[in-house]
Amino acid sequence: MKDWRYWLAEQRGTLLAFGIFIVMFVIYTSNHPAGFTANVVQTAANKGVLLAFVAMAQTLVVITAGIDLSVGMIFLLTNCLASWLVVGTPMQTTLGVLAVLAVGLLCGAINGAIVIYGRLQPIVATIATGAVYYGIGLLLRPFPGGSVNEDLADALTGRVFGVVPASLVVLLAIVLVIWVPFSRSVLGRAAYAAGSSETAAYMSGVPIRRGKFAAYTLAGLLAAIGGLFLTFFTYTGEAAYASGNAYTLFSIAAVVLGGVSLFGGKGSAIGAIFGALAFRTIGDLLFVFDFDPLWQPLFQGVILLVAVSLGAFALFRVRNRLEWFL
Amino acid sequence: MDGAVPLFRMEGISKRYGGVRALEKAELSVTSGSIHAILGENGAGKSTLIKIMAGVVAADEGRMTLDGRELTFASPAAANHAGIVCIFQELSLVPELSVADNIVISDPPKRFGMIDRKAQRRIAEEALARAGAADIHPSALVKDLPLSRRQMVEIAKALARKPRILILDEATSALTVADVSNIFAVLKRLRSEGLALLYISHRMNEIAELADQCTVFRNGRNVASYPAGSKSDNEVVELMIGREYSHIFPPKPAAVPATAAPRLEARKLSWTDRLDNISLTVRAGEVVGLGGLDGQGQRELLLAFFGVLRGLSGQILIDGKSVSITSPSVARDDGIGMALIPEDRKTEGLMLPMTVRENLSFAALDRLSKAGIIDRAAEQRLIDDMVGLLAIKTAGLDIPVAALSGGNQQKVVIAKWLMRQPRIILLNDPTRGIDVGTKQELYQLMRKLADAGAAILFYSTDYDELIGCCDRVLVLYDGAVKRELVGAEISERALISSALNIHGEDSPVSLGADA
Repeated sequence: MKDWRYWLAEQRGTLLAFGIFIVMFVIYTSNHPAGFTANVVQTAANKGVLLAFVAMAQTLVVITAGIDLSVGMIFLLTNCLASWLVVGTPMQTTLGVLAVLAVGLLCGAINGAIVIYGRLQPIVATIATGAVYYGIGLLLRPFPGGSVNEDLADALTGRVFGVVPASLVVLLAIVLVIWVPFSRSVLGRAAYAAGSSETAAYMSGVPIRRGKFAAYTLAGLLAAIGGLFLTFFTYTGEAAYASGNAYTLFSIAAVVLGGVSLFGGKGSAIGAIFGALAFRTIGDLLFVFDFDPLWQPLFQGVILLVAVSLGAFALFRVRNRLEWFL
Repeated sequence: MDGAVPLFRMEGISKRYGGVRALEKAELSVTSGSIHAILGENGAGKSTLIKIMAGVVAADEGRMTLDGRELTFASPAAANHAGIVCIFQELSLVPELSVADNIVISDPPKRFGMIDRKAQRRIAEEALARAGAADIHPSALVKDLPLSRRQMVEIAKALARKPRILILDEATSALTVADVSNIFAVLKRLRSEGLALLYISHRMNEIAELADQCTVFRNGRNVASYPAGSKSDNEVVELMIGREYSHIFPPKPAAVPATAAPRLEARKLSWTDRLDNISLTVRAGEVVGLGGLDGQGQRELLLAFFGVLRGLSGQILIDGKSVSITSPSVARDDGIGMALIPEDRKTEGLMLPMTVRENLSFAALDRLSKAGIIDRAAEQRLIDDMVGLLAIKTAGLDIPVAALSGGNQQKVVIAKWLMRQPRIILLNDPTRGIDVGTKQELYQLMRKLADAGAAILFYSTDYDELIGCCDRVLVLYDGAVKRELVGAEISERALISSALNIHGEDSPVSLGADA
């Protein structure tokens, strides 16, 4: 086999998600009354990047064969925090942004420490920490409110050169600054190895713990970037419980659509980004076809079921039934 | 010894797992530039010794020295760092990563803090070439490779770590003939480069071709060390067997007449590359053993009977009637009445956190319930019978089964199936890791069940057990029945020579005659 075939095989999930997204987005824009304009793309991008950041966060943890049910709550907590801190002079705003990101990192690090060093199951540990993070967010913003540096917010949610949505540029920058180095670092590889076969990784002397810890911590950071962007779009902070839960669940859906295996060891955050954008487009599609918004959850659920079923076909090839349970 | 200064020494190494002694004051010396073969039966302590050397488990007592300096390893990584690299039987490759990723996994080349993929590719290609496996593409995912190619990747990975001591634990078991000759050339070159190699294999012809020095292990001790070629195969087999017969087996009754109709019959069973055209019969009242080296298809054969394998070809007959067993719950049903005592009681036999009572009644719940409601009185009667019959020692029926000793846990697994009064009992190495007293009870129970009319198929890695318990033994090699031993033919020598697939009956076992 040629090199490019191996590359193709490795990127299959990502390319599939990319394909699904492009098809849905083309249907969407060609049926949109305004058509394929900078405005339509900007609106779609701004809605999409929020879930994209949270889905990237989820990807990092899922690669280690874990799951992070607190990402949506870190997203809310940092939104509430940003609505207090990201204000004032450029200097104060910068410090505020750094503080919000630091809190995200800390939340992720706490998750990682509990799961790895406390040896608790990720699902239980992150349900608990998620509740704590939400609780802090609620104390910060018992009622929706606050404000944000509007110059910064408008710049990051507007357009660059009048065409390209700024939020997409930031998303790309984050991919280049966080995801690419992580996936090519020793820690990133350790995270993949731990997710694929923790025993084999241990026997090979891989730094499993540090790899997993890095994954959880960076997941917190990415969720915080999502939280910042939520503040930039809404100009306020709000501890909306239902919204936090929805982001957590949608991030898992996006990850699966993006070809990331929930069994760990396989997939990429780029796939998850396209998964997130595709998932968001489902809702928009309903809008342009004049469906009642009440149909949206049902429709999203069906799409998700179909996507997940595609991944289960491998089970038909299992010849020793005991492998079903591995 | 040849007087050379040993590179690595192990002295007085002991290791216990629970109540079982795996190693007892074992010694080993390894010199540079030589290939040292380790021989011994299944369970003689070879694997434990290697795990201690490679930092996977810690010894309870004893010391290890490298270059005369004493050391201990906290992890496999520490052992690798000291230059000891082991290629394990069960592979240590990460399936979802590429071949190149796996080869450099312990210490990837870095550039600006990130993994340098070009350098990684180069290292992987070099290592694969050194291992004589340049045909493997470095970008291929490990999970997509067949077992023999994975084994070669494993060897390349070990070489990329630049070891001083390289341990190969049954590293050739999955290889093709062409690969084996490649690997032998590689190993001889490494020896000439001054590496110390430890070679564990059951294949006598390989040892004859490669080894400079041999050490034989038996019952957790090294019983003999000698320069390769200084002992005949016969003498080696004697050393491996030892003479420690104990009279713990119940007497065997007169053989069931060969004309009796078989209870369980297999005709030409084949499955993937693990089972190859197996035909056998087990009659009511008979204990039939499955022998051979570990991993020659015995486990798969039992799973095939029990309806776990898909895509099985061939026929299974119960009482002369062809049946289709599609799942364990079909296998245990009344028409068939089969029970399988699994190999790994902790994952396939018991629900560890649940109580003794619950574990005992799982397999028989359908018989103990009416309209879905469990008849507690009937359950209690049956459980009392079983606890009495097997003499299960437990502080109570309502404590978690995890709290019991290994031997008593195994009794629970067996009792669970006896509650259904099975007509066919399949046992997969049931005495592994349990104490001698319980073993003896199990042997007696097995004979009692056979006398009461059950047909028993019994896989064991312990040759003594096969000799002591079985009316007939089928020896498997590479997924096929190589030999059937009946009655007095079942001897340790016959078992070992047919397990190693050495030809010739009672004539002296000859070297290098392996197929």
